[in-house]
Formats: sequence, C-alpha cells, structure tokens
Amino acid sequence: MCLAVPGRIVKLAGTTAKVDFGGVTTEAELVLVPEAREGDYVLVHAGFAIQVLDEAAAQETLKLYAELAEAVDDALDKRDGG
Amino acid sequence: MIDAQAFRSAPAARALLGRIRELVRGPVSLMEVCGTHTVSISRFGLRSLMPGDLKLLSGPGCPVCVTPLEEIDWAIGAARLPGVILATFGDMMRVPGSESSLERERAEGHDVRIVYSPLDALKIAEGSPGEEVVFAGVGFETTSPAVAATVAAAAERGISNFSVIACFKRVPPALEALAAMPGRKIDGFICPGHVSTIIGAGAYERVAAKHNIPCVVTGFEPLDILQGITMLLTQVDGIRQRGEAARVEIQYRRAVTMEGNPSALGMLSRVLETRDAAWRAIGTIPQSGHGFCDRYRAFDAGERLKVELPPTAEASGCICGEIMMGLKLPPDCPLFGGRCTPRDPVGPCMVSSEGSCAAFHKYEMIREA
Repeated sequence: MCLAVPGRIVKLAGTTAKVDFGGVTTEAELVLVPEAREGDYVLVHAGFAIQVLDEAAAQETLKLYAELAEAVDDALDKRDGG
Repeated sequence: MIDAQAFRSAPAARALLGRIRELVRGPVSLMEVCGTHTVSISRFGLRSLMPGDLKLLSGPGCPVCVTPLEEIDWAIGAARLPGVILATFGDMMRVPGSESSLERERAEGHDVRIVYSPLDALKIAEGSPGEEVVFAGVGFETTSPAVAATVAAAAERGISNFSVIACFKRVPPALEALAAMPGRKIDGFICPGHVSTIIGAGAYERVAAKHNIPCVVTGFEPLDILQGITMLLTQVDGIRQRGEAARVEIQYRRAVTMEGNPSALGMLSRVLETRDAAWRAIGTIPQSGHGFCDRYRAFDAGERLKVELPPTAEASGCICGEIMMGLKLPPDCPLFGGRCTPRDPVGPCMVSSEGSCAAFHKYEMIREA
C-alpha cells in the first residue's frame, strides 16, 4: 500500500488540513509534516500527510523530460528531413 | 500548478526508451519491491516495451501478500470474538486464511469494517465504548508512522478500547535478504517511492555497498519509472564496464530526500521498536518488522486478546512465494487465470490490488487473436 496521492493544502486547522485533490477536498492529519503550510502540495496516505512535495524539484524533472523529448524530435527531423 | 499529464509525455517516453535500448548490452534484471510499482509497470505496459535482455522482476512489495497466514488467521479469529469490531484496510478483506476470510466472517454476521485510515478505526472506538476495536496494522514504512500516530493519539485521549495487530514490515532488511539469496541475480533495485519519503534514500546505502547493487528511488508515473530504469542501467554499465561502485540515487526528487521525514521517523521510534518478522512464503527476516515499545504495549492486540487459531494450511499449488521473490512470473503458476482469478482467488498475490498476479491478470493478459 504505497498509494499516496498529491494534493494542495487549502486550509489549516490546528493539526489537520483541508487538502484539495483537483476538485475533491478531504481532511488530512499533519502530525507527520508539522512544517506544512497553506498552499503547499503534500502526499496524503491513509488520512495522513506524509511529505511536503518540492515543487522546484518537480519543475526540474519536467524540464529534463521536455529536453529529452525535444532531442528525440530533433533527431527524428534530421533523419526524415535530411 | 503542475500538470500531472506532463509525467506521461509520449515524446519523453520515447526518448527514455531509446536510452534504455542503448544501455542494455546483455542480460540484466531489475527488481521493484513496491506494490504500487508492480501495478504501475503492468498498467502502463512498460514490461512489453523493454528490450528482451532486460527483465523487470516483481519482489515482495505488497504488504498484504507478505502477511503470514498465521496473522491472517489471527485477525479472522479476533473478528469472531464477541464484542470485537475488526477494522482493516480494504485489501485484507478477501485474503484467504486457512479456513475463512474477513469477508466471509462479515457475511457470517461478525463485525468487520473497512477503513481508509487508522484514524477511522479510532473514531469507531470512540463511538462504541462497549466494544473492543481491533485494527489490522498491515503495511510498510509508508503506513506504520500513520498507525503509530493513531496509537499515540489513542493514548493521549485515553481511548482504551482500541488495539492494533502489529503486522508492520520494513523494506531495507527485505532487500538485504533478497540480495543475499544464493544464486540470486538482481542487478539493480527500483526502490519504493513513498516508503522512501519516510525512511530516506540513505536507508539503502548499506545494501548498495555490501552487495554492489545500484538502488534508485523511483516515482510512480510512467516517465518516473523509465527514468529510474535509465539511471539503474547507467550504473550497471559503469559497474560492468569500468568496475565502478554501486550507489543510491534519487529519481523521485520531488518527494524523497536522503534523510527522509524526521517527524515520521520520530513517531515510529516513539511508539514502535524493530523486531524480527515472518514474511509469508519467505520466512523470518531479521529486524524486518515492528512491535510496540513498552510504553505503548497496552495497545498490542496480541497482548490483549486470546484468539483461537486453526491449523495453518497453505493452498496447494499456489506459488505466490516464488512469485514474490521474483523467481517466477504469474503466468508460470498452474493455477493462474484458471482456478485462481481475481474473482475467486487462491493466494494473496491475486487478492490484493497490489499483488503481482492481480496486476498481471488485469493488465497483461493479452491473447493472440
């Protein structure tokens, strides 16, 4: 059961948070990530937030994928277009 | 705002697959040890995209599947006790015990309830003061801190009609056991993404160094898995061609650090302590489980309740054990798809939503026309 879902904290209330999973909102306990703040993206598992997501790291990963995709397209263009 | 679909981009997938094909220069086996990876690999058809020399093995990553039959029987026995409400995660319901299952016990009129969170079980205990709520604490390190936190909350709030069956398992000792199996050839571990948010990628350094097996902590989107495989193959190439040493790397950088989650780790060490644990069909792995420490031992269901157990009887013909150790694939089982289906399962690998057999049956049963 490694299943954890990312969502955005829209409201804090003591040790719990209202988390928005792209339209569906549920409550999650924050005792395992006490540093989490409103606006943070968190991974939620079994009713508990278990990690705050690093948005900068996510963007870097996506940038790498975009560069890889471009390189493939360039290579294919060269092969097909001469 | 990040678009989740960006982690599934086809051009990037093609690029990564191209890189994978370049890097595979001979037989290589990579093993994942996480039920969610098992499902993702099957669901996204990744196995079929790999070059022939690259084998993707599925290890004992499904916590329900590795819970020993005796513990399943114990939960069933507890559910039968008068005054007990047995609360459990959903995928435990249909696992066959020696004689019955939790689902069958519920059908017979015993109080068995599916919960999404251990906190739901605690809420039931609060609302049912005359009953004893027993929660089946099954899971790896993604889950055990949540259960630990729930027990801590129960203690703080003086809720005494609540206890937990401590079936927790730990991943790093299992990796050591797999790597140390004689004749075993595992060239790299795809390490679990969410377990690692808790324990940190540093937890794999020992197995990487001792057995010279690269470990890459990987996410669950198709591009995450393809990138993780690329990173592992790059290391395998370095080991084979240039005698480099295996390392731990993090592909899933948006969620995982080397140190893990200190609050969660603190909660674990506050409430639980490590101990040896039995893994179904594998045997006892040292220090691979958790029990309650002295301060919280009152919440251990095993100490609180007396349960009658039937003689343990594993289903004959079921090869879940070999499948969980990556020695065989589900289609190798004589029962697969015939006697054993998701609807009428024999072994745990077919019952659990994260079991190898269930994943194969759902996503990889492609018949030639």
